[in-house]
Amino acid sequence: MLNIPILRAGQAYESIEKVTLVHHATGQPVARMSMANSGLITRDLHRIDDTVLEGFTVDQLQDMSRKAARLFLEGDLPIGDPAAGQTQTFDAYIEGLSATTGMPVGYCRKNAAKIHRVMDEIDLVLAGLTRGFPRDVLDRGFGYQDGRMLSFYRAGRTFGAVLPSNSPGVHSLWIPAIALKAPIALKPGREEPWSPLRIIAAFIAAGVPREAFSFYPTDHAGAHALLDAVDRSMLFGDASTTRPYRDDPTVELHGPGFSKILLGDDWADDWPRHLDLMVQSIAGNAGRSCINCSGIWTPRNGRAIAEALAERLAGVEALPAGDPRAEVAAFARPAMAAGISAMIDAELRQAGAVDLTEQKRGSSRLVQRDGVSYLLPTIIWCEDNEHPLANREYLLPFAAVTECPTRDMIDRIGPTLIGSALTADEDFRRRLMAAANIDRLNLGAFPTNQISWDQPHEGNLFEHLYRQRAFQVEPAA
Amino acid sequence: MGVSTAQSLDERVAAAQQRLDAHVRDIVQWHFDPATGCPFWLEYAEKLNWDPRREVQTYADLDKFDPFEDEWLRGGPVRRWVPRAYAKDPIYVFETGGSTGVPKSRININDFRIDYEIFSETLSDTAFPRGKDWLMLGPSGPRRLRLAVEHLAQHRGGIAFCVDLDPRWVVKLTRSGRLREMHEYKEHVIQQALTLLRSHKDIECIFTTPKLLEAICERISLVDVGIKGVFCGGTQLTAQFHRFAREELLEGQIEFVPTYGNTLMGLACHKPFDPADNYSVIYYPPVPRARIEVVQPDNPTELVGYGEVGRVRLTTLTKEFFMPRFMERDEAVRHRPCDPYPWDGAGDVRPFSGFATPIVEGVY
Repeated sequence: MLNIPILRAGQAYESIEKVTLVHHATGQPVARMSMANSGLITRDLHRIDDTVLEGFTVDQLQDMSRKAARLFLEGDLPIGDPAAGQTQTFDAYIEGLSATTGMPVGYCRKNAAKIHRVMDEIDLVLAGLTRGFPRDVLDRGFGYQDGRMLSFYRAGRTFGAVLPSNSPGVHSLWIPAIALKAPIALKPGREEPWSPLRIIAAFIAAGVPREAFSFYPTDHAGAHALLDAVDRSMLFGDASTTRPYRDDPTVELHGPGFSKILLGDDWADDWPRHLDLMVQSIAGNAGRSCINCSGIWTPRNGRAIAEALAERLAGVEALPAGDPRAEVAAFARPAMAAGISAMIDAELRQAGAVDLTEQKRGSSRLVQRDGVSYLLPTIIWCEDNEHPLANREYLLPFAAVTECPTRDMIDRIGPTLIGSALTADEDFRRRLMAAANIDRLNLGAFPTNQISWDQPHEGNLFEHLYRQRAFQVEPAA
Repeated sequence: MGVSTAQSLDERVAAAQQRLDAHVRDIVQWHFDPATGCPFWLEYAEKLNWDPRREVQTYADLDKFDPFEDEWLRGGPVRRWVPRAYAKDPIYVFETGGSTGVPKSRININDFRIDYEIFSETLSDTAFPRGKDWLMLGPSGPRRLRLAVEHLAQHRGGIAFCVDLDPRWVVKLTRSGRLREMHEYKEHVIQQALTLLRSHKDIECIFTTPKLLEAICERISLVDVGIKGVFCGGTQLTAQFHRFAREELLEGQIEFVPTYGNTLMGLACHKPFDPADNYSVIYYPPVPRARIEVVQPDNPTELVGYGEVGRVRLTTLTKEFFMPRFMERDEAVRHRPCDPYPWDGAGDVRPFSGFATPIVEGVY
């Protein structure tokens, strides 16, 4: 069986504490993963060489990123205990990813493509984050843009990320930190060490010093230790996980998205034209991302929209992860599926909301097939937009449709990671532009899960890692 | 601790069991005798349709009692736990829990001193030199630890310098997400410890918790300040932490003694370090004063097999405190008797996994 060690500044370390990763369907062990104790993480990160990437220019690191992208997709890369000399092909990576997360193989490949794209198009991504100033400003510490002096220093000399298991696409968010010269420390999600490991292996094979990479599978205490020990970090987690760091500017939070589609008065009667967009927003990537739509708010026709969405999604079947037609993920932990379903049912007991998919399907959203648990798409019609289910997000294709006058909509929708506003109404657009509770705003027919990578997502990683300083320099004699 | 080599381990296990059975008879006689017992057990016995003094002859007979309920220890009157034989002695009360709600209380007269004197016999004079001073860096307040560690130091001819930590405040800060305040508090505690270590060169021994040990070793090398031995406890200790502490925090040069104890039991000793145990932290209770068993969670009278995981069941048997069949909130691996401790041990103690865990809402 594959043995996955901790990486301590690039050096493999086998812990006494290990967890066994199992195949979600067969229960067969897939790998044994070393777990780091929190003190070890703190001790390492306080002693890390934060200059390890400073000897490279941003251009050199971008070159290595592009090379790593190719290796990520095509390489037979080292994995596991170096003494065992094991390697992993791309197909084996996808197989492992699907095996332990339950994610359909097809979706695993799509997410891997996102990772590859960010590595390959790193110059585009960095240009988006830095708004295009000359890259050597980061190498020299200063430079000129349009004749104006520009200087930055590295406020985040070490960078950490506490990562999730729900969707591998999220790894594309931390990858640019490498080209921005920050050594990184990663805590992988419990079922998803595969993507971080392969990304790290690809970068090392592309020439980035292994000392720049630390990889710490760990528990909650270890995650907190990592966040405390690095200068800047990213935390993925549910509301209770992210809450303690709400006021900590050194931690960039990636919590629930509550992403939404908002219909304006002008387009609300034209909803059938946007049904495909709604389905894609809700059900793309098996509904497992914070960028999936979990709420559709419209001034009218809500019930009809909900009925049509339910009709479209009620036919989705629970299929094995390896089936190319699979559209929902299996749950690696069956109790989690049962718990989520029970939570939705509990809230449905409050009057004012109905699960239309369940009505059309004539069966429960919770499915057991060959001993594997699945949650089928769930469309809720909320006649009251204050019903708790009107603003929920779950790890499945889930959305609530509700009605609300556009004049009240922005105030009522609450925090929204991505708002796709289907409207050409200038007044509504203006008010949406001013809304501080919408992080990414799409004006027009954009699915919520269509991301442009050259723009910041829940914070700008460059601004997280660098701080601008006032700077003057006398020309050398 | 002296180990007889004249007897085989099996013979010593049998002898220890006989001593335990005899001790059980003495303790039950004591606690259910109207002249010596405490009001709680005397009133309890009145409601039974059997006589503990007649029917409890062996340790196994304690299964005739219903499991001890921790609710009995919450709230007053605490004097109902004071044996009449000790009614005129000075009484301490020590608490456990209490981060929220009413803590559990245990009265104490001399038990904490006896427990730590027994423990002292297991410490090496090289790592914990007699006559040298101690740093007690951990919970005091309502806890037993401050007085117990101070007594241990005094018993070994040393003086204990103490720095307080209020774990209830730490739990409150953690639960409410006030991480910055928690770090400030930890720093406040660690600063005091550093000051003591730098000012008192005779401090060669430390008691502390795993987290505080990590924190202090982030700031100084304990080797450089002359520490010879670290006695560690108060919270869960994993095998990985054990290894990390020995190899890295203590630089392979300072003796590390992990312990498992609580106000209700006393102090269980760690099996002497043996590389063959792969850093498993294996504890042996102070039999006959207390015994820990690893039992089937849904059938607590049945032990799990050696090497198997079960829930920890604790029985405390001192003249000050009788607590039969208490189900701890921990689970552990059952271990075989060993040379210094010819009775069952419990290894890799951790919170009981049978309690429900919350469901996560939201994706991210």
